[in-house]
Amino acid sequence: MAKKSYSFYPGCSSQKAASSSNYQVSVDTMCKELDIELNEIPDWNCCSASIGYAGGGELPRLALSARNMALSEEAHPGQDIVATCAACWLSTKETQERLHNDSDLLAETNTALAEAGLKLKNDKKVRHMVEVLIEDLGYEELGKHVKKPLEGLKIAGYVGCQTNRPFGIAGESFENPKYLDKLIETVGAEACDNYEKKVSCCGGALAFSEPEKSQALIKDIIESAYDNGADMLVTPCPVCQMNTEVYQDQINAKYGTKFKLPVVYYSTLLSVAYGKSAKEAALDGQIIRAKQLEDIASK
Amino acid sequence: MSDYNQNMIEKYRGSFLKEVEANVEEGDWVKMCMQCGVCSGSCPLGPHWEHPPQEIFMMIRANKREEVLESSSMWMCTSCYNCIARCPRGLPITHIMHGLATYAKRLGLQPKEQPTAKFAQLFWDNLSKTGRVNELKLGLSLYFMNGFSEGVKTSLKMKDIGLGMMKTKRMSPMEFFGGHKCKDTKGFQAMLKKAQELEEARIGKSGS
Repeated sequence: MAKKSYSFYPGCSSQKAASSSNYQVSVDTMCKELDIELNEIPDWNCCSASIGYAGGGELPRLALSARNMALSEEAHPGQDIVATCAACWLSTKETQERLHNDSDLLAETNTALAEAGLKLKNDKKVRHMVEVLIEDLGYEELGKHVKKPLEGLKIAGYVGCQTNRPFGIAGESFENPKYLDKLIETVGAEACDNYEKKVSCCGGALAFSEPEKSQALIKDIIESAYDNGADMLVTPCPVCQMNTEVYQDQINAKYGTKFKLPVVYYSTLLSVAYGKSAKEAALDGQIIRAKQLEDIASK
Repeated sequence: MSDYNQNMIEKYRGSFLKEVEANVEEGDWVKMCMQCGVCSGSCPLGPHWEHPPQEIFMMIRANKREEVLESSSMWMCTSCYNCIARCPRGLPITHIMHGLATYAKRLGLQPKEQPTAKFAQLFWDNLSKTGRVNELKLGLSLYFMNGFSEGVKTSLKMKDIGLGMMKTKRMSPMEFFGGHKCKDTKGFQAMLKKAQELEEARIGKSGS
């Protein structure tokens, strides 16, 4: 396949020494293998995720994503915007939709953008990396690159919320999207077909402000994966990954459980199956080591 | 009580629905609710809401202004979008809840010790300074948001998670000294300031 080029919005958590820097490492590895070129939007800013609303009103929040889109239009004309973070993707897509439907808001947004010397046309497609994989490349192409099928692994595809609702992936249902299961099968592993917590919420940003309430949700997500015989979780979202991985010890202390379930990104899974090293697949970014993937990577 | 709150009470005396329609993000959708309750039943933190979304919509129509705006309810929204995906009337419920939270905060009516209200403000302050979130500073400001002694306690409780993040290079103490930011911080801040001015002019808050 010919090289595909995109205007890339990495987001705050993907930066060096930030909480999903391991996601970025594995995405880079995966994209190199698949001949996907990611051109970083110059000087991008935070999208304020879904939690900026206490301090920022509607227009300031819209201006954040509008600035990123305007910078992308300027630097990478003709290229779709692609985000790897669920919240980045959602905020940008929501901004695009709202400004598309409300010309007064678009005019005000452009007045604000002018202060930074920018102007928004708002005519780009905003897409998640998963859409690039399954729509622009397709499962067949993704499968062709597999050098080490992940045979014998059983994996629960934890889709979570924001890559699934309200926009989701075209052709998938909100209640039982299948794309992550299909990706798991594409790399030769077995997907947990009946994983009940596939689209349940991990608490999102409220894991910080309401830890007990959120950890109760996370407990159910992990427990259900174990009930379904999963060796690990795989997810497309940085907040899902972090929440379901880092609090397992605290949950164990509170509920008397013995959780130690690795949680990896789809890009780590693909990188390992594509024969890349543990480092290239960012397995050294796992707080709960994914031992089975390390073994496959070192074979 | 803030002047802004007083002005709004006088302006919309007797019609909280009209007040919400005019001042709350996506507020003009509220009247479309048909009280089926699917939103409340779909919310992951449903049991923790003082008044679940369905009830909030009815309370708005019933003029329960203070009960709604002073409630901790809207601050329970995790932004999972279940309610939006399932609402048979297509109400953008997540956005309405965020909008009500924003409005309550603007009026100074949000519960004073509401942890998500505090955290969301910290998040905004953090990102609007440099254009990008500094996760280390955000985490520390969160731990210490209820004072020093509680901050030390929380930090100790979170120590192992912090160490795990540092060991895997997903957090760095160096972020404390500067860290990631936009190059055009000046333009970024000027843009936000202008956006804020335009919005305040629209909602009649300027000068208050």
